[in-house]
Amino acid sequence: MVNTGSDSMKIDCDIHPGVPGVEALLPYMSDFWREQFVNREIDGMELASYPPTAPISCRPDWREKGRPPGSSLETVRRQALDGLGLSLAICNPLYGGQVAMSEHMGTAVSAAVNDWIRHEWLDREPRLRASIVVAAQDPIAAAAEIDRCASSDRRFVQVLMLVANELTLGRRYYWPIFEAAQRHGLPIGIHAGSMQRYPATPTGSPTHLLQDYASAPQMFCAQVQSLLCEGVFSKFPDLTFVLIESGVGWVVPFMWRSTKTWRGVRGEVPWMKRPAIDEVRDRIRMTIQPFDGPDAGPDLERFIEQLGSDDILLFSSDYPHWHFEGSDAMPPGLSSELARKIAWQNPLNTYPRLRESLS
Amino acid sequence: MTKHVVGRAADIAPGERMVVTLKGRPIVIFNLSGEYFGLLNRCPHQSADLSRGIATGIADSDEPGDAVCTRSGEFIRCPWHGWEFDIRTGQSWCDPSRIKVRPFTVRVEAGRALVEGPYKAEAIPVSVDGDYLIVDA
Repeated sequence: MVNTGSDSMKIDCDIHPGVPGVEALLPYMSDFWREQFVNREIDGMELASYPPTAPISCRPDWREKGRPPGSSLETVRRQALDGLGLSLAICNPLYGGQVAMSEHMGTAVSAAVNDWIRHEWLDREPRLRASIVVAAQDPIAAAAEIDRCASSDRRFVQVLMLVANELTLGRRYYWPIFEAAQRHGLPIGIHAGSMQRYPATPTGSPTHLLQDYASAPQMFCAQVQSLLCEGVFSKFPDLTFVLIESGVGWVVPFMWRSTKTWRGVRGEVPWMKRPAIDEVRDRIRMTIQPFDGPDAGPDLERFIEQLGSDDILLFSSDYPHWHFEGSDAMPPGLSSELARKIAWQNPLNTYPRLRESLS
Repeated sequence: MTKHVVGRAADIAPGERMVVTLKGRPIVIFNLSGEYFGLLNRCPHQSADLSRGIATGIADSDEPGDAVCTRSGEFIRCPWHGWEFDIRTGQSWCDPSRIKVRPFTVRVEAGRALVEGPYKAEAIPVSVDGDYLIVDA
């Protein structure tokens, strides 16, 4: 149980334990898949969006020679849980199951990651919670995986998808995933990252990782707009979407533009009941790292005012990704009252299962 | 409020609209199947002339992809940006909590009951057996 007495309590809504290699997942696979991975010598299924040696993928002082970033519990304890002073942290494993060309392989790898997280991380560290990783390539199987994990273990607090999939996210192809998440009271986490089998920007493939990473908000805009226009917010009234590693600065002009346009063509999408400015404030949550809003000062205050809600932002370090130095992941310049809300109350309100941890 | 005679009811056919000016303010009057409604003829967004908009029904939906259109002709769409306003109330449909056009009460009264006003004197011949449109403004 977690003590709630201190003002410095933090719930980190986005950390990334690293899968050390496929070998770690083999005990959690069927005989068939174990043979496939061993005999075909498949390994190195990290996402191309986060090349392990790229600067963005791990802060230099968190790197360990010969191991993928954040790939041992001892390291995560020392660097993240203790190092950043976290009361609770939500593990969002990023691994190849979410992007595999074979939906069957993707489903098998995702299930193995979930069991690996449960047995080797959650069972050994009471401060950790986890997202249920799903292969959205097969939404029916993904829904079954959500049922399997959510029913059997309340330490799973969210469903994790990537921002770029094979279709825009609001399409009814993905609705089985949303139905399952809503059934269990779990938010849908949408994390930065792409399958990389289509251009990572709408106007073509980037030539540098900088372009890929800096363009990520375009994908988040497109996906939130898709959820709006396809009527997902009306169809699933109890579902919250958490945008993870999306950055935050883009969302204000997005809300303005989307709302302005909707007012003129509302009749074309009558199942979209409310404009972006309302749905984002009520139904969208965003993790704060990487923080790409204004620097501390009047511009930051204006940005927070333009967001129009103190409920949107969730504390995150995005460990081990490299966005800040030192041990405080909270962007400087926020009022202490807002910072406390971001670090504690907002995560508890967003993830109902976290409340079960409180003493 | 003063009652103003603004025209003959028969001058606006069902489904049509007419613009009048009262105390310098433009007002558009609609005939919805024999009921008359008035709106300030300025969109609250950027003051476009609402009388030039398309009268439509309203699309609604309880399920994505499954839409119905009701109240045909009872909404005016601003000709500039397409905002929809309920002709009966001036209420916007695209953002009802924030946006509304000022409505004016329009009645039809028999010729004998009228208080004579300047507009009537200038433009509308009084006919004891005709019905006239009255606007409170």
